[in-house]
Formats: sequence, C-alpha cells, structure tokens
Amino acid sequence: MSLKVILFPTCLADLLFPDAASAAERVLERAGCEVQWREGAVCCGQPAWNSGHVEEARRVARGTLEALQDGEAPVVLCSGSCTGMMHEYWPELFEGTAVQEAATSVAGRVRELSSFVAGELGGGGLDDASVAPTAVCYHDSCHMMRGLGVGAAPHDLLGRIDGIEERALESPERCCGFGGTFSLRYPELSAAMADEKVDDIAATGATTLVASDLGCLMQICGRAEARGVRLEGRYIAEVLDEATTPKGTAGG
Amino acid sequence: MADNHYDYSEGFGARAAVSLADPMLRKSIATAVDIQARNRINALTSLADAEALRELGSQIRASAIARLDEHLERLAENWEAAGGTVFFAADAAEAGAYIVGVAEKAGATTVVKSKSMASEEIGLNTVLGEAGIEAVETDLGEYIVQQDGGHPSHIVAPAIHKSKEDVAGILSAVAGEELPLDTLELMKFARGVLREKFLTAEVGVSGVNHAVAESGAICIVTNEGNARMCTSMPPVHVAIMGMERVVGTWDELAVILSLLARSATGQKLTQYTSLINGPKRAGEIDGPTESHLVILDNGRSNILGTRYQAALHCIRCGACLNVCPVYRQLGGHAYDPVYSGPIGAVLNPLIKGTAEAGELAHASTLCGACYEACPVKIPLHDLLLRLRQDYAEEGAGRLEHAAYSAWSHAWATPGRFKAFGRVGGLLGRATGGKSLGRLPLPPLSRWTRGRTLPGFPRATFRDKRAR
Repeated sequence: MSLKVILFPTCLADLLFPDAASAAERVLERAGCEVQWREGAVCCGQPAWNSGHVEEARRVARGTLEALQDGEAPVVLCSGSCTGMMHEYWPELFEGTAVQEAATSVAGRVRELSSFVAGELGGGGLDDASVAPTAVCYHDSCHMMRGLGVGAAPHDLLGRIDGIEERALESPERCCGFGGTFSLRYPELSAAMADEKVDDIAATGATTLVASDLGCLMQICGRAEARGVRLEGRYIAEVLDEATTPKGTAGG
Repeated sequence: MADNHYDYSEGFGARAAVSLADPMLRKSIATAVDIQARNRINALTSLADAEALRELGSQIRASAIARLDEHLERLAENWEAAGGTVFFAADAAEAGAYIVGVAEKAGATTVVKSKSMASEEIGLNTVLGEAGIEAVETDLGEYIVQQDGGHPSHIVAPAIHKSKEDVAGILSAVAGEELPLDTLELMKFARGVLREKFLTAEVGVSGVNHAVAESGAICIVTNEGNARMCTSMPPVHVAIMGMERVVGTWDELAVILSLLARSATGQKLTQYTSLINGPKRAGEIDGPTESHLVILDNGRSNILGTRYQAALHCIRCGACLNVCPVYRQLGGHAYDPVYSGPIGAVLNPLIKGTAEAGELAHASTLCGACYEACPVKIPLHDLLLRLRQDYAEEGAGRLEHAAYSAWSHAWATPGRFKAFGRVGGLLGRATGGKSLGRLPLPPLSRWTRGRTLPGFPRATFRDKRAR
C-alpha cells in the first residue's frame, strides 16, 4: 500500500545541504512512501542549459536520465527550479537522441517536493503537525511559481502547521537575483537584487525564511549574513520534518 | 549623473556597475516602474477577462507577422493611394539618408519630432545634425533627455531615470536661469520653447505605434498631443516605423490599442489617439502637403522564419521593463542606448548580431516576469535562453567554454561527483561546517564578497546514504 517514490535531492542539496535532503526523505517516509534513491542521479544539467551550453547540459543530464528512467515511480526533487528544468526542457534537451522517449517519460514523472506532499500525498502526515511558535516568510522561486506553475502548495503546507505564522512579503513575485550562473556572472548586480528581498523579509519582522529552492535560500540568506541581518534559511522539508517529528523524541 | 557614463565597448557587467553606483538613479527607476507596474495591473484587472484579451492580442500579432509581406504591400498601396510616399529602408543608413533628403528638399532648418524608438534606432537626430538641421524632441521626457545630451532609458517613459531635481537642473541650464522646483512650472517652460518650434519647423517626424494595412492609416498614441502637432503643423510629415508594426484591420488595431495603453501606462486609452491617412486633401485647411512613410527593416527580416520570430510581435508597451528585476536595478542605459529591458536584451542581439550584443541575453535571471506581463505573450525568457545558446557558440570566450566543459565532466558521472563531494567533506570537517568566508578564485571570489557562502557539510547526502 505504500507508494514508491524516487527521491532526487539534486546536486546542490546532495553536496551542500544534505540535511535538507534527509529531511525530505523523512517527510516522505512519514507520509507513507517507500523512498528510493538512485546513485547515478546527480544533476539535471540546468547550470549549463541556462547558460546556453547545450552539449555540456546533455552530458551531465544523461547519467541522471539513465539512473531515473526505469519504472513508473514519481521522481521527487528537492527543488522547484530543477523540477522545472526536467519537466519543461528535458524532452528538448534530448531531442533527436536515442533516449528522447525516456527523457519525455521522466519529464512527466518529476514532482517538486512540496507540491507532491500537498497534492499526491494529500498533505499526508500533517494533521497534528506543530512547531514552537515561529514567524516565517516564504520565498516563491520564479522557476517554481512561473515555470512549473506551483504557487499555493508550499503556502498551504505551512498553513497546516500549528505554530507557524506566515508573514506576507510586500513583493513576493520579485526574483531574488540568484538566477544560477547569473549570480556568478554579475555578482554585484545579483547581490543588489537580493538586497531588496532581504529588506522585504526584514520589514516583516520574521527571522526565518522558508523556500523550496536551496539556491534562492543560499542567495538570500548568504546576502543577509554578509550584511549582518539575522535570517535563518530553511528548506520547506526541514520545516515539515520538524513539524511531523513525533514529539518527545529527538527532534529534527 | 549624466547619461554618457556608459561605455558600450565594455561588457554588460561594467555598464551595470555604473548604474549600481548611482543610488539616485536606482531610486528614480524603482519608484517609477513600481507605479507603472501597479497601474498596469489595476487597468487589466478591471477587465472582465484580461487573459482572453491577451490571448487575442497574441494571436493578432502572430498572424500579422506571419502575413507581414502581404500586409506591408497593402499598407504601402493604400498610403500611396491617399497621396503619400512610401520608402522601404533596408538599414539605418538608408532610412537616415532618406529623411535628411526630404528635410533638405523642404529647405528645413528645424525638424520637430514626436517620440519614436525607430528614429532612435537609426540615430536620426545625429544624422540630421550632421546635415545642419536641428532636430527637436517634443515629447516632454524625450525633450528633457535630449537637452541633457542623453538617450531615452525606457521605451515608453524616456526620462524615467531622471528625478524632479535632475529635470529642474537640465531645464534651468536651457533657460539660462534657475527654474523653480515645480513640475507645472517646468512643464510650462518646456511647452513655451516647444510651441515656438512647432510653429516654425518645416518638417515633422513621428513614429508609428501601429499601421493598419486595410486602410493605409497609421496610428500614434500620446498623452501630450505633441504627435498631433508634429504631424499636422509642419508642411511635411515623415513617419518612421519598424516593418513589424503593422496589423491587418481596424478591428485588430482596436484590440492592440486597448492592450497597449493598459500595459504601458495603465490607461484604458491614451489622451490622444491619432489616426493619419496621408497628406491633406484638396480643399482641406489643416495638415501637411507631403506625407512620407519610412518602413525600416534594419535586421528585422532576418528574424522572420527563425525561432525568434515572436520578438517581432512586440507592441512596445514597456510592461516587461516595468516588471523586470534587473531593469529596476539598472534602468535602460546599462543595456543599450535604444532598446532596454527584457525586450531590448532580445532585440539587440538579433538586430546587431551576437558578436556585438549577444551578452545581453545574460542580463536576466530568466525569472519569467517579462513573459507574464507581456500583453501579446512573447516568451521573452525562452527567447533569451535560445539567444544564450547562440552566444555560447559564437560569443562566449574560451575560458567560459573550458569552465563548462570541466564542470560537465566532473558532474557527468557519480564517481567524479562523489570525489568532489569528498573534498567538500574534508573541508567541512576541517572547518567544523563553518563558512569558508571569501573564496580566492574568480568568479567565486566576487560571489563571496557580497554573500556568505554556506559551510561545507561533513558528508554529502550520497555519502550519508551509502553508509
């Protein structure tokens, strides 16, 4: 009866934020999933794809595709942006290659974590979810909100957690300036864009920022820290994990 | 700061730095675009079904461009049948030379101009100036920018980068006396100067918002009425349009106009909507005796039939500029003296070529706000992505290629990726998971100058999972 899912942490979570990926795994398990993981799934290829380096993107994504192509289980990602990349662009990335069909099939199976929990899992396991009272802001990443069309799900999930008070941003629709390699190409411009987001968050009084894209969190919270603004970044699954950890046991 | 601090021989990053170092400019831009963006949303939400209108607009522009040759032929026939003259200009030089020729034949010493991005594109003021003819911008924003020796920084609001104080300073210099810091007074001054020019100019040059093929009419929208003066007071009128600015029918124009005003300024319609159909007829009192229509190609036909064709659907409302998070930091000049913002980042590489302007495709986070705001649904973020592919092939340096190649080989197999993670793990254990602070090598050094990098974890997810 348990639903089999494949967790693809993405290269960023795997390398820099393993706790976020572990939290996602626990959240899925608590909601009744049998969570699998594929060693060969490393990266969706987005850094190269968004920079116009198609061949390099394909080289990176190819191994990930091969690792994910078998079976019909949903592939759940710890990133709205990477989910968008695979969903929207993988069929094109592999167009005309022997694996085009497989790429299209995987593109149809990928799910962003929060939308999967809110949707397919029906908010599974959140009935008694609670945390110590915390004011948070949520950052909608552009690729998730506009590219993937997932907007409400993470807000809904936060709304179901007792103790979470979500404070609205003045300009939730505005990009944080990360843009992947954009932030490496034009770091000062990108930081100026992050400043507006940091200011927007700080104005709410919340000192915790939740997001479904670790890249944005790294950008916004890294900028806040460099400016001496207190701001803790939390990947959405980390909040869900904490909220659903049976109380009285070691928390999350 | 005057506008000529931008060096277009340098990269976009260097030009961005000029804007970033100017807090007054950034404040003026951010304030103005926020107002424009809010007005646009208010105007659209008052419609019963804004999305349906947007879809209709998108279809109209797509079909107009798909039938461009047919429409242009019909437009030219009808304009000539009404007594006007049509000139198809292959490039900026041809267009400029033709207009100078018309002005010289008319014995002009002064040309009044209403706002036209196509005229900016061909550098008309410079060309006229070289021929000894004074070109006077009559749109208030354009006039201010011209007196400052600069360029428009926004398709719709050319002086958006200027504060009230800036404007007072610029116009006081023109007046030769200190003008009061009062919007109405400043406007009155400009109006007085311009009135004189309208009355004496021998030629009026205007842009074209859209031309209607079935009637041979051109449509110009303004809020100041200056286009009406430019096109009716001087004895000679020259209208210049990019070849894509045509629709088939009046009905189509009606849809485009209702989208244009709402998207540009949040109005249902602009104060003035001028529909012009050639010179004055026999027995008529007002209007020019000569009407010229210059239809400019300048690289546009190269876009037809390519994956970038949708760029020609643009109706120049500026909505994509107003919502762009990059534009709001920099204003228009960091992109290009003429076309800026997301649509400029698309048009410039297409018109000028990848070698000269391809980097502009990177002047975006691909956040998609531009596409969301575009009244004719041009997938700007997608076009930027494609242009980056061209840039990677033709414009990117050897270093960039080497970097992506090295990265792709490291990330292509789990073994190498794991090895990379192990190095991170070593660093993580050595530093106790703390941030490494500033990294020594570019581009990471510049990234970490403005941001604190997260520390490396002691083990990657895959290492933990393998245990």
